[in-house]
Amino acid sequence: MFILDTLAHRLKHGCETMDYPKGPAPALPDRHGGALKVDASKCADGCTACVPVCPTQAIIRLPGKPVSLDLGRCVFCAACVEVCPEHAITQTGDHRMAVRRREDLVLGGAGHEQVRLADALDAKLRKLFGRSLRLRQVSAGGCGACEADTNVLGTIGWDLGRFGIQFVASPRHADGLLVTGCVSNNMELAVKKAWDAVPDPKIVIAVGACAIAGGPFVGHPEIHNGAASIVPVDLFIPGCPPHPLTILDGLLRLLDRLEETRKK
Amino acid sequence: MSAATPFALLANATSLPWADVPAWPVADFVRATAAEISRGARLSSLFGVPEGDDVQLVAVLAFDSDSTLAVGRSTPFKGGYPALTATHAQAHLFEREIWEQHGLTPEGHPWLKPVRRSAGNAPANAEFFRVDGGEIHEVAVGPIHAGVIEPGHFRFQCAGEEVLHLEIALGYQHRGIEEALAGGPHRATLIQMETIAGDTTIAHATAHASLMEALAQTEAPLLAQWLRAIALELERLANHTGDLGALANDVAFLPTSSACGKLRGDFLNLTALICGNRFGRGLVRPGGCRHNLDSVRAAQMIGTLTTALADTEQAASWLWDAASVRSRFENVGTVFQAQAAEIGLVGPAARACGLVRDVRYDHPAGWHRFAHSSVAVWPGGDVFARARVRSLEIQRSGEFLREQLATPPEGAFFSDLAAPAPDTLAVALVEGWRGEVCHVALTDAAGRFRRYKITDPSFHNWTGMTLALRGTAISDFPICNKSFNLSYCGFDL
Repeated sequence: MFILDTLAHRLKHGCETMDYPKGPAPALPDRHGGALKVDASKCADGCTACVPVCPTQAIIRLPGKPVSLDLGRCVFCAACVEVCPEHAITQTGDHRMAVRRREDLVLGGAGHEQVRLADALDAKLRKLFGRSLRLRQVSAGGCGACEADTNVLGTIGWDLGRFGIQFVASPRHADGLLVTGCVSNNMELAVKKAWDAVPDPKIVIAVGACAIAGGPFVGHPEIHNGAASIVPVDLFIPGCPPHPLTILDGLLRLLDRLEETRKK
Repeated sequence: MSAATPFALLANATSLPWADVPAWPVADFVRATAAEISRGARLSSLFGVPEGDDVQLVAVLAFDSDSTLAVGRSTPFKGGYPALTATHAQAHLFEREIWEQHGLTPEGHPWLKPVRRSAGNAPANAEFFRVDGGEIHEVAVGPIHAGVIEPGHFRFQCAGEEVLHLEIALGYQHRGIEEALAGGPHRATLIQMETIAGDTTIAHATAHASLMEALAQTEAPLLAQWLRAIALELERLANHTGDLGALANDVAFLPTSSACGKLRGDFLNLTALICGNRFGRGLVRPGGCRHNLDSVRAAQMIGTLTTALADTEQAASWLWDAASVRSRFENVGTVFQAQAAEIGLVGPAARACGLVRDVRYDHPAGWHRFAHSSVAVWPGGDVFARARVRSLEIQRSGEFLREQLATPPEGAFFSDLAAPAPDTLAVALVEGWRGEVCHVALTDAAGRFRRYKITDPSFHNWTGMTLALRGTAISDFPICNKSFNLSYCGFDL
């Protein structure tokens, strides 16, 4: 009898939603590695070992300049970490990576060893969206993995609804767009139409390496290199795809719902 | 059956010199291909290879019962040729693609229009099929759909609730993957193979790696083959479990929906246990694998698997137990077996029509040469059958994993790969969770990719979805769609 079975199952399992953000964040898989850290002062003179191994050309080193790693383009394959003879590029294990400004994802310069994490929305937008944010998700030329791990936030373990964040069907019901994918030429019109249909004031969140910078497909003539070439982006969440925890951290950070950074 | 074929035979994940692939004038090539399909071969792939200003057509056929593949080609030509589609429907999308990519006209093709070509800022969809009449109404859905899901456009012709015809227009996710492979492999090639379809990372990466190994006239170490087989079944478990939950959700049966949503994550996390990424990015590499599954991790995996499989079995059993669910699944979205064979359906969608068709069994390569699980088949062709096949495959993948995890092979899990052989054609098939993933590579005189053709199972199966909708109420579209759960990006490339 499934009715008794499901009731028994519910009683046995209890509430399956995680304590985070009130409790500690769940651990990332140990081989995930988390955000990268770049300590360019360790680089040997003229060493460019990490540059050619990066599949998305996220790392450059101009002569006489420190190495520069763009975490927005990064697909977190860790090839650079493995090849670096001086351990200048390291994994931090940190799930927090979301930023408000694109340049805050560029690592390497003095004082810019790590990402400069996102500030919350300004007071006016926080008042509007802080306890109720409706997003229209637009998938625009990716692989479907960012969508999958965004969807995960709706499952019972994460329960995004408890923060007042919800994905809606119509852009007219939305406070903003959550864009995944590099924005293929074939999705350009659809993205513009969806953006136009969202009432002001509105925000855009770019999730994943594709939506930030074209990801694995950067430079292809069939795509735009990320959402920002079509619509103004308010939050960038790196990853390929970002772990659900990284996405949730970004959303909560934007809405000032994290205890660690809470504004009074 | 394949013994008398004029095509060149080869086994899955092997290569042969391009010069050994027989070539005929295109009319003879089409006739020969049609003859093979008529006596039971399946069209795994059909594509063009540019040769100067001309193009050669290449057909990859699968003789499933003989466990062999066959390839043949046309001599270079341009202009028109007699369409294979006129007699064999499973060629229809391939020939549209050939027309779009190479400008060759398949004469007699009944519905020649673009597949994924861009008209600037949207796909060049051309005119849709229309049913005329005062009682007829048309419903247009997409490219942006209601949920958190990939883009595509659906055009329904309806009489009241009943769908008379559904036409699907894709191409919105086109990222130029095949185009970028010319002259490769490049440094972005591997991550692009892993993101052809993000939920099928392991299957596509394994197909690509097997090709590279076949082109280097070698194979990956046994331990790597074993790791790939483990990861492939974890991918299947996660997606099938997610699909059962999504199907339950679409008929408002929340207990299974919420349980499977969480369990899917448990299976994804097991993939992350091996390589750190829930989708298996960074695990499979040409030449082997990048991570090993040591005994501590294997033990941890067996522990989690045992619990998660038991919970999945229970959540699925609620579906079969609830009459309200059965009445929504049964006799909805039916694809008949003869139709499935005609259009070349693959994967669980084909097996749910009673077709015994599974690359792991029919064309074993890698670790599947040493370890089998039986093919999960269910008759009926409806939503119920597609759900049942998934649930059976969850059981069999679980058994396979528990057996295999107990007895890992020894040795290295990576070995450096020699350069690809020049002027060589290689074919690799992998049974991904949606069905047959087919990669074909042809190298030039320098051993670089002259042509690389990717066929995702969705390329075969979207047609199945349109047939399933015929005569069905439009309100049943969501469960029909979920029961196939096809990839947009895998199709769009």
